[in-house]
Amino acid sequence: MNIWEIIVITLIKILIVFTLLLLTVSYLVYFERKISAWAQNRIGPNRTGWKGALQPFADVGKLLLKEDIVPVNASKVVHTLAPVIALFVAFTTFAVIPIGPDIKLFGYNIQLVAADVNIGILYVLALTSLGVYAITFAGWSSGSKYSLLGGIRSSAQMISYEISMGFSVAGVLLLAGSLRPYDIVYSQSGWLWNAVIQPIGFITFFVSAFAETNRLPFDLPEAEPELVGGYHTEYSSMKFASFFLAEYANMIISGALIVTLYLGGWHFPWLESFGLAPWLVVAIQILTFIFKLAFILFFFMWVRWSIPRFRYDQLMNLGWKVMFPLSLLNLVWVAIVVMYIKP
Amino acid sequence: MIINYIPILLVIAAAAGFAGLVVYSSTLFGPQSPNKEKLSTYESGMKPVGTTKERVSVKYYLVAMFFIIFDLEVVFVYPWAVQFKKLYNQYGISVFISMLIFLVVLELGYLYVYKKGGFKWD
Repeated sequence: MNIWEIIVITLIKILIVFTLLLLTVSYLVYFERKISAWAQNRIGPNRTGWKGALQPFADVGKLLLKEDIVPVNASKVVHTLAPVIALFVAFTTFAVIPIGPDIKLFGYNIQLVAADVNIGILYVLALTSLGVYAITFAGWSSGSKYSLLGGIRSSAQMISYEISMGFSVAGVLLLAGSLRPYDIVYSQSGWLWNAVIQPIGFITFFVSAFAETNRLPFDLPEAEPELVGGYHTEYSSMKFASFFLAEYANMIISGALIVTLYLGGWHFPWLESFGLAPWLVVAIQILTFIFKLAFILFFFMWVRWSIPRFRYDQLMNLGWKVMFPLSLLNLVWVAIVVMYIKP
Repeated sequence: MIINYIPILLVIAAAAGFAGLVVYSSTLFGPQSPNKEKLSTYESGMKPVGTTKERVSVKYYLVAMFFIIFDLEVVFVYPWAVQFKKLYNQYGISVFISMLIFLVVLELGYLYVYKKGGFKWD
C-alpha cells in the first residue's frame, strides 16, 4: 500500500470509529438510566421515541441550546482547555484497540483497528495519564471550592491507582512479549485467557479501571451530597456535555482494554474446530468482542447500584496498601508461570 | 517503520479537531445573557465565601511524589517484561533474579514510607 491509500483508509476508519464511539456513548447513557431505573424499581426515560430510545438525542439537543457560562472567578483559557483535553484523550485512546481479526475488503487487507502501532499499550497508558490533566485543570480553573476539592481528590485517586494498573499490565506484557494489542490478543487464543492465568492481575486491573473512570464505588470526585457536581460544577452547555461524553467514552475504553488484555479479545473458545465459513468466523469473533464488552459495561452499572461509596482514606488505603502489593505479587507469579509452567 | 505512525497522527489530529469543535459549539446556539448573579461562583445559593487560591493539604503533594517514584519503577519493568521470554531462553534464571532484586529494593522503599506514616490518610 502506498502512503495515500493508507491515509484514505485510515480516514474512513477514523470516521467509523468516531461515529461508533459517539453512538455507543449515547446509548450507554440511555442504558445506564434504564438499568438504574430497573435496579431501583422505577421506569426510567420512556417519553422520547419508542421506550425513550431517542432520549440521548434529545439530551444533546437540549445541551446545545443551553447558555455557555464562564464564571467571573474562572481563569478563562484553562477553563475552556479542560473539556478539550478530556474529549481529546477519550477519542484518541480508542483508536489502537482491535475489535476483530483482519478482513479482506476490495482486495485490501483491512485491520479492524484505526491505528495498529507496536507500542499500542504504552500509547494507551500515556494518553489515559493525560486524562488527569483535564480533571485537575477543570477543578483548579473553575474558581469554585467544590470544583477544586473534586479536582484534587480525583487526581490523587487516579494517580494512586495508575501504579497498580501499570504493574498489572506488566504481567500481561510478560506473557505476550509485546506491546502490540494484536499480539496480546493472539497470545491468549483458545480458553487460556489472561484472566485465567493471572486472576490477581485481572482483579487489580479491574478495580483500578473503576477508580480511573471515577465510577462508583470510587466516585469521590463527584460525590453529590458533599461536592455538588465535583470538578464540573461550573460547566454548562456543551462543555459540560464534553465531560459527560469523555466519562462514558473512558468507560468504554476501560471495558475494551479489559476485554483485550484479560478476556481474550475477540477469541471464542474452539471456534476454529467447528469448521465454519471464514466470513462467519470473523462475524462471530466481532460479535464475541462486542458481547464481552457489553457484559463488562453492564458489570460497571451493576456494581454502581450494589456497592456504596468508599470513604477517602479507605479508597487510598485500598489503592496503596492492597492493590499495589497485589499487583507486584501478580508480576512475580506471571514470571514464574512463564519460566516453569508455560514454555 | 515511521509509516505505521501516520494513522496515529491522523487520529490525534481528528480527535483534537473534534474536541475543539464540540467545545466551540457550546457558544454557537445557546442564548447569551450573562448577569452578575449568573456569573458568580456556585455556592448553593449563598454569597461565595473566601477564595480557592489557598494552600492545599501537603498530603496531596506526598501522593504526587509517591506516584512519580513508583510509576518510574513501572517504566523500568516494562522493557524487561516485553523481552523476558527471549532473555530467559538466553540467560536463564538470572534474568528473573535481577528483576526480583530490583523489586525488593523498591519494596524496601515502600516499607520505609509505610513505617514513616506516608500512607496515613485522615
